[in-house]
Amino acid sequence: MADQKYETPLLDQLESGEWPSFVKEIKMAAETNQMANSLLGLLEQSYEERKGHWKHGGIVGVMGYGGGVIGRYTDLPEKYPDISHFHTMRVNQPAGWFYTAEALKQICDVWDRYGSGLTNMHGSTGDIILLGTRTENLEPAFNELTKLGFDLGGSGSAVRTPSCCCGMARCEWACYDTMALTYYITMRYQDELHRPAFPYKMKFKMSGCPNDCVASIARADISIIGTWRDEIQINQEEVRNYANNGVDIYKEIVLNCPGKCIEWNGNELKIDDSSCRHCMHCINVMPKALAPGKDRGATILVGSKAPIIEGALLSSVLVPFIKIEEPFDDLEIWELIDNMFDLWCEEGKNRERIGEFIQRVGLGNFIEAVGLPPMPEMIAHPRENPYIFYESFFEEEEE
Amino acid sequence: MAEKVSVSEVADAMYKMIKDTMGIKKWKATDLQKASIELFGADRCDKQICKDAIKELINSGRAVYTYFGGSYIEIPHDEGAKNI
Repeated sequence: MADQKYETPLLDQLESGEWPSFVKEIKMAAETNQMANSLLGLLEQSYEERKGHWKHGGIVGVMGYGGGVIGRYTDLPEKYPDISHFHTMRVNQPAGWFYTAEALKQICDVWDRYGSGLTNMHGSTGDIILLGTRTENLEPAFNELTKLGFDLGGSGSAVRTPSCCCGMARCEWACYDTMALTYYITMRYQDELHRPAFPYKMKFKMSGCPNDCVASIARADISIIGTWRDEIQINQEEVRNYANNGVDIYKEIVLNCPGKCIEWNGNELKIDDSSCRHCMHCINVMPKALAPGKDRGATILVGSKAPIIEGALLSSVLVPFIKIEEPFDDLEIWELIDNMFDLWCEEGKNRERIGEFIQRVGLGNFIEAVGLPPMPEMIAHPRENPYIFYESFFEEEEE
Repeated sequence: MAEKVSVSEVADAMYKMIKDTMGIKKWKATDLQKASIELFGADRCDKQICKDAIKELINSGRAVYTYFGGSYIEIPHDEGAKNI
């Protein structure tokens, strides 16, 4: 199939380690796909020259959508005509990344017909990433994908494809149904997902418990992380079994508890739940003995991001606890989220993530503008600066 | 209470804004929204009308979304980096 074989000594080195190699996969695809073959040549040249040969962004897309297609062209179209266009299609993944084998086969068949055959399962936002196609193939590929029940995901200054952990489908610690909420949010914000209208990207990530398997506290503009507000469930018999089987409960659990709220007398484990930080450490170490409480819901946080234009941010607590139960239409958070969107659209700078916006205007001003009262859970520890006072303090004094 | 401006009227006004400033200014959806509300007045034009107007512009093909670091709304044109 390949018209021209490229020598790839530098790329070959990437196949030599013990880890799976993307080079091996590209070489396999290159046996039947000319785009993949040309990609090997271009990539080797980039490695030799230590220079990228791609330009990304631009105008390409499918009719009516502002996201889901990331335009990419090479600056060496004469040398590599097969990949002069190498656009990416971002496809909305199913919540929790559950597929049937048949669905995966169908996606791959579409991409063999219209693209390079190369995929990235999955991209950092969670989407199915279909790598490399030409402009004229975008609409036909999109049409086939939609016939199969798939839709494009988000890109650009829009709501990005919401993603979540596998939640209740596989995990006993899930404090709410992450997959159901993710599907709901995907449908609720279809307009914001396909028609970029924000200063910059907006990511929702749903984690079922504080283990935060989708790292929403570090990567999502709006993180919805499962938690509980009653007591950790303890099975004392199982605790003793762990101890008898070699777990040093004092060393591995008591001393590692960030809230210093666990006691172990060699026979019974006691937890002062009022000081529990909900870090999940003790539950992770003794999963048969401990479990999250029964009164479960989620914490809503805002503002994290990976470093792009500015540095990384972690999320801040907005709503310490909310029950996440169907019907999701009735949840009180939608009005809050709409208020945040309005404020950010109104006052945010171009390419300013909502977390950066909050840093610029101050969390106090932000929560006041979106209509949230300040709560102790929003701060990590009591204020240290004695020269800042609350306005109400003065008002009371004057009275 | 003032009569609301029609979606098509706002779409036409947005189209003119984009066309008149082509090559000089890139418009984000929120910029078009703010400019339209200022043009027609907050009593006649609101965010939803602007949203619908942008949808009309895009669905009719008179404008397209582009991505140059952020997402913009532009008149369809050939970009410089495009390979034939």
